[in-house]
Amino acid sequence: MINPHPGLPELEYVMPASLDEASKFLIEHTGEAKPFMGGTDCFVRLRDGAWNLKYLVNVKGLDGTNEIRFDPKNGLTIGAAVPMNKIVSHPDINKHYPLLTEAARTVASYQLRSRATIGGNICNASPAGDTIGACIVYGGKLNVHSIKGKRLEPLASFFKGPGKTVLEPGDIVTSISFPLPPPNHVGRYIKLGRNKISDLAIVGVTVLGYPDSNAKSGYTFKIALASVAPVPLVPLKAEQILADKPLNENIISEAAQAAMDSCTPIDDVRSSARYRKYMIRNLTRQALTDVWQKIKK
Amino acid sequence: MSFHRIILTVNGSTEQVDVPGNMTLLQMLREKLALTGTKNGCAAGECGACTVLMNGEPVNSCMVLAAECNGADIITIEGLARDGQLDVIQKTIIEQGGVQCGFCTPGMLISARALLNRNPHPKEEEIREALVGNLCRCTGYNRIVSAVKAAAEVQ
Ligand SMILES: Cc1cc2nc3c(=O)[nH]c(=O)nc-3n(C[C@H](O)[C@H](O)[C@H](O)COP(=O)(O)OP(=O)(O)OC[C@H]3O[C@@H](n4cnc5c(N)ncnc54)[C@H](O)[C@@H]3O)c2cc1C
Repeated sequence: MINPHPGLPELEYVMPASLDEASKFLIEHTGEAKPFMGGTDCFVRLRDGAWNLKYLVNVKGLDGTNEIRFDPKNGLTIGAAVPMNKIVSHPDINKHYPLLTEAARTVASYQLRSRATIGGNICNASPAGDTIGACIVYGGKLNVHSIKGKRLEPLASFFKGPGKTVLEPGDIVTSISFPLPPPNHVGRYIKLGRNKISDLAIVGVTVLGYPDSNAKSGYTFKIALASVAPVPLVPLKAEQILADKPLNENIISEAAQAAMDSCTPIDDVRSSARYRKYMIRNLTRQALTDVWQKIKK
Repeated sequence: MSFHRIILTVNGSTEQVDVPGNMTLLQMLREKLALTGTKNGCAAGECGACTVLMNGEPVNSCMVLAAECNGADIITIEGLARDGQLDVIQKTIIEQGGVQCGFCTPGMLISARALLNRNPHPKEEEIREALVGNLCRCTGYNRIVSAVKAAAEVQ
């Protein structure tokens, strides 16, 4: 039950001067401190009592976490603390990675998107996170700061369960880097909510497709599914079918069926598991068809 | 509990406030600065009754810590009128009858002002999308949307 008190439970606010200081503090206070950026997930958890913390450590604004950099040779890096509205309005992202724009604008409401960050969406590790699918299909990797140094974490192996990731105490995601997008790609994100906009996804389907002479079918499709498994799900079998078999309506239906078969959704307040499964089949078919219509020669 | 001294601008005047770490911007506005126009609805980022402008962008003030607001420029509903003149959106919401109980109105008008600032001539669909984070349980929204349309025509 959400406590409608305007404040948060008693805790200390910490604003470290550097990433190192932040990591050290988080390690010293493992279990009683968490990093935050927009706070839109953290504050809800603190208010409803799911979390009991002594410290909230503000890590936004440290060392490039607010920047967006696009380089036509190397690709895109988005600071973890960049809020959704900045992604939606960024010309390079709109031009080269339009699926990120499409996904970011489906998150919550305009005013929440002023605060909600892309790094927070990923680190929160909700299977429903709207931007995670786009980050996966564009091949995103997380830049992580820790006291042992910096490292890269590919998204494919980042999620371990609802709210669980490979991050250890003291690890701070500073940005997410993407390679150049595949030439002539087309993306589509279909989010099914209980209302047309602003609700969390009952299911979400992200599809990215492009002509690819290395694939037998002549095309590669990357797919990510939201809210149908403990982690954001990549239906590998469906992707394989689309790479191997000459594309037509029946093959797209076969791939959509394979996507449905790979899901293990739950019943919850937003939907039954059965409904989720069928909607994954239908919306995957729709997203694949939309993309296929645009990329086929 | 330790306090953080912050200096910020609220509706054009500089304020210095000492705030505990768990205090939200919403709480600071209402309880420290006595600006009770900004409403506490859900305290979960859903209803938008607490929406204010922070550095020109609308935010849910229940989802911002006061301690994060050092140096910020905040506009609340009390700051929309200038020199005794209502903002055009305040005038049109009255003319169109877009207020019933009034609890959502401050947040609604701040979101509408933010929309008109970034997009002076929004289409109906854009108005509805921009106000999706401001819940109203009385009006059915149509008169609010009409008020934003009317304001766009006048301004
Ligand atoms: C009303 C409402 C509606 C919402 N609707 C949607 C929606 O439609 N779609 C959607 O996807 N989400 C939605 N959300 C969830 C949330 O807004 C998003 O997940 C958001 O992107 C989280 O970003 P944040 O910066 O606010 O995260 P925070 O709350 O700051 O952090 C989220 C998690 O990440 C961790 N973390 C934060 N920064 C770092 C870092 N740098 N390194 C490591 N870990 C870190 C935190 O400890 C926490 O566990 C909604 C939330 C609310 C309150």
